[in-house]
Order: sequence, then C-alpha cells, then structure tokens
Amino acid sequence: MCGIAGLIHRGNTSNVGFELQGMLQALKHRGEDSTGYALYGKTNGQNFIMRFKVGENVGEGSTSVMEDVSVYDERKKIVDGYLSDLGAKIIKEERILPYSLRYEIEYNKDLMEFSQKIESVPGVEILSMGKSLEVIKDLGNAEAVCKRYNLDKLVGTHAIGHARMATESGVDIKSAHPFWGYPFSDVSVVHNGQLTNYWNNRRVLENKGMRFMSECDSELIAVYLAEKMRNGATLEEGMKESLTGLDGVFTYFVATKDSLGMAKDTMAAKPLVLYESEDLVAMGSEEIAIRSVLPHEIETYDPFDGEVKVWQI
Amino acid sequence: MANLKTSEKKTKAQSMGLHSEVLTGKTQQKFFNPDEAENFYYFGTYDVDFNKRTEIDVKNMECREANKKIDELMKDGYGTIVIKNPQGKHSLGVGILNKLNLIFEGSLGYFGCGSMDGPIVRINGRVGWSCAENMMAGKVVIEKNAGSCFGAAIRGGDLICKGSVGARTGIDQKGGTIIIGGDAGAFTGFMMQRGRIIILGDVGINLGDSMYDGTIFVGGKIGSFGSDAVEAELTDSDQDWLRRKLKVAEIGENFDVSKMTKVVSGKKLWNYDALEPTEKKGAI
Repeated sequence: MCGIAGLIHRGNTSNVGFELQGMLQALKHRGEDSTGYALYGKTNGQNFIMRFKVGENVGEGSTSVMEDVSVYDERKKIVDGYLSDLGAKIIKEERILPYSLRYEIEYNKDLMEFSQKIESVPGVEILSMGKSLEVIKDLGNAEAVCKRYNLDKLVGTHAIGHARMATESGVDIKSAHPFWGYPFSDVSVVHNGQLTNYWNNRRVLENKGMRFMSECDSELIAVYLAEKMRNGATLEEGMKESLTGLDGVFTYFVATKDSLGMAKDTMAAKPLVLYESEDLVAMGSEEIAIRSVLPHEIETYDPFDGEVKVWQI
Repeated sequence: MANLKTSEKKTKAQSMGLHSEVLTGKTQQKFFNPDEAENFYYFGTYDVDFNKRTEIDVKNMECREANKKIDELMKDGYGTIVIKNPQGKHSLGVGILNKLNLIFEGSLGYFGCGSMDGPIVRINGRVGWSCAENMMAGKVVIEKNAGSCFGAAIRGGDLICKGSVGARTGIDQKGGTIIIGGDAGAFTGFMMQRGRIIILGDVGINLGDSMYDGTIFVGGKIGSFGSDAVEAELTDSDQDWLRRKLKVAEIGENFDVSKMTKVVSGKKLWNYDALEPTEKKGAI
C-alpha cells in the first residue's frame, strides 16, 4: 500500500533528514521493502550534486542479481571517464556504499545529454541531479536507510519520502521512490497508488525522447511532469493536467528546489492528511507521520478529490 | 421455505421511517424490533457508574494495550473515561459494547471507535479514515475534521463531525444518522442502504452514487449527483426532523434547513431481488 510523507519549512531551515526519518518510520507498517528520501539541503548553489548507483543492493529481500564488487569499480571508472569527456569537473567524491556514490560536480551544459551519457553505462542510474536535491533510496525501513547513509544530520528546507511495499515491480533500488524528474535538476516525485494507463503513457513519452529506468508505474508521474515542464508548463499546471492525463488511484508529492506540491486523484481513493501553518507544511498518508514532528494538538485535514496544492519555501 | 414475508403490510420499522423498501421473492426479512431493544445482552458488558471518572495516558501504549485498559476500567465500574494523548493512533476505542462516556483529548488515526454499540464518545481532535465503522448504537462527536469513509456501514446511532470530512462518507450505511458541519468529499453516501446523512456545507462529485435507500440532506452546493441519486421534495416533517437533529447534535441549530436539498434513491437499480438464486450468485 506504501506510505508517503513530506514537509516544507517556509522561510527557515531545519534538520529535514531527521524529521523525515521520523515521519517515514511512523509509516513503516505501510511498507518496508524500501525507503527513499528526497532532501533539499543547504548548498552553495554553484555545483551539482549527483547521487548515483553503480549496482543494486543484493541484501536480504532483494530481487536483484548478485554482482561482484569489482563490477561496480569498473562501472565507476567508466562514469569518471565520461564525466571528463562531458567537461564535468568532480569537486568532491564520496563512495557511501560499494554501489552508491555522491559526487559534487562543476558542470554547466545540457543535463539531458549529460544523463544519457552517464546512464549509457550498464547498471548505472542517476538517482538525482540537482543543486539542492539529494535522492537517497535503498532497501529496508526508514531508520535502516537513514543510518546507512547518515541522513539524520542533513539540514535543509524541505523533503519528501516514501515507504514502499513492492507490488508491481521488484524489490530493488531502481523501483524505489522518490523518482528524479529527469532531465530537470532538483525535481523529485513520490507516489502512493496505482496507475492504470502506465503503458499507454509510457509509449507516448518514450516516443518523445523521455527516459524510464524502471517498470514501476510511479516513475511515470515524474516523467509525465518533466515532459509537461519541458514544453513550458509550470509545475502546478502539469500537476493539474495529470489529474486527467493519469488514470488510476493516486496521491503524489512533487518537490522542486523551492517548492513542494501535492495532488490527489478525482476518486480520492488514496489517503492524505495535511497540516498547514505559516512556517511549516507537513503531510503524510496517516496522521501519525505528522505527529512524529508535531506531537502537540494541531489542526489537520484531508484534501478533497482532485485537489492540487503547491507551497513555496 | 417458512416464514417468508410477501405481504405489502408495513413492519414497525418501516412505519417509523427506518427504511421503506419491501423485499419480495425468496428473501427473508428480519428487521430490528424496537420493542425488544431492552432484552439485548452482550457477553462481556459491565454495569458502570457515569459519575465514576478516570483518565489514562496512552502516549506510550499500543492500541491493543489501550483498548484492553479501557475494558478493564469498565469492568471496575468506571462510566466516564478520558483518554489523554491519543496522538493519531489507529483503532482506539473499538468494539465497546457498553454504555460509557468516552472522551479523547486529541486526535485518532484510522478505524477509531469502530464496531461499537452504546457508548457516547467525544473526540476533541480529528479522526482518520473509517471512524465509527459498523457502529450499532451510541453517539460520536468529533470536534474537528474527519478522514474518508467516515461512518462506513454504520447500522445506528449518531455520528457527528463538526468540521469537514473526506470522500465516501456513509459508504454502505445501513442505518443511523451522520451529521457533517462542514464540507464532504466525493462519493458521499456511496451505496448507502438506509439511514440519513446531513451535510451543512458543500459536497463533492457523485453524491449518493448507487444508493439503495436512505436520505441525504445537503445545505451547500452539490458537485454532481451519482448514478440513481435524485432530488426529492423537502417536506415540513423533514425540516422539523432536521431542526431537532441539529439541535441535539450541538451543531447548526440556527441553520436554515428550508433551503436544504434532499437526495434519495431513484430506485432504478432495484432489480437485485428479482433475480433467481443462480443469477444472484453471478451478480455477487
């Protein structure tokens, strides 16, 4: 059934890594196959941060095929070479896990060309590319992923996350949320629900040159919105169009470098509880997610069917 | 087959307005008899004293532990129980088949106060999905908003939300009254079979979709009517009843009920009972 959570501090920063961890852990009963974080941190705003993977987590519960670590090393070498070819300069490099890396990159050309080149290496996927966005996703519940990637100290303005129960695709990182809104920097999406016109939409979007990295229906939302924005639509316009363009039941969150939005399908079949104040918006599949950051009595409500909302930092 | 009711004579429940359909064919009717209400007895119910009051803090309790504690307190004769710090926990206050004053100082998560019969509950907060699902009797008052499937399949009692509610309020409702002080979402009264829903604010699309029976009153705008839901004449007795009900419900006492829209089933989908048993199987 999956659980989603998100929060945005307006005019302020906070320890969003720790806060989102608490929210997602409160939703762990909705799915523990994988957990993902899209964190919008404080950066210098100059360089890109690229989170990417050169392999899958093949631990307990994974549906991925075991590979030797030397394969990861080989892929990393090719990526490094391609970055040099693209004219991208690596400022800082961190190998957090054998298959998971974080690069700070100086780059100022086309992101689509960049992504296509890097992802042409088999087994390599860019999880996020942005000047404030960092997508971290892996198998296990929120606490486990947070600990594995040391996320609890990350300070930022907003964040969205996902606790996944795998139903329509594998238990692996590539099917885990959030999805990056390729090829736009700093765009991420999480989703709870099922999309029933996935293949129809995917065929159309692939013919327009958009890229899919998994067979998870939720990835469609990120690609769908990215395509709308590529054609000049604002985020909110794209989200409103998605209410009719996407068929099925869904509640999803989308975040950009300075905003956070939510959309709920016209059947209102998937849950969402929302808290809104002057300086903080927090939302989740269940109220207990919000309670982990706001334990005192607060006013919350369920957005109605077909509702789209966007907040700025 | 013995004891089949095939006459057109009204039952007591029908004459009280609890339902209006007359089933025919091989369906056997067994409706609640108000004369026998006092004879009902549930195993595990207790004599409680409403003046005997206590509080419990459930902040660090799992829902089972909290529900068990409520049961133990009723066993000890406590008739008024205040629950502190529910903090959005799921399934609190479920399965209470006792007369009891139950007060939640905070919000509940999913399925709060489900499957209960008798207590009077006040929730000084919000409730999540499926509050009071399958309630048989009693009264639940929510001071703030409620999630979707509010009052799903309730059989009786009064369920009152002073704020707004999500989608599918009163889905599969089989009796009782649901009163909403604010707005309600899509598919309100979806497949309802009996009972009444009152919404003082606006309501979303597909109101009363596939409703079998029952009545919905709306004070504000209606997004759209669902399949087989139609507008009916708002009678004087309807208005009298609405005024009485809103007063008892501590909500909208001065609301102008004369401008409310009354929605009932068009009864065009009423062909289920005419099917032969083998066809019924297919329909199910």
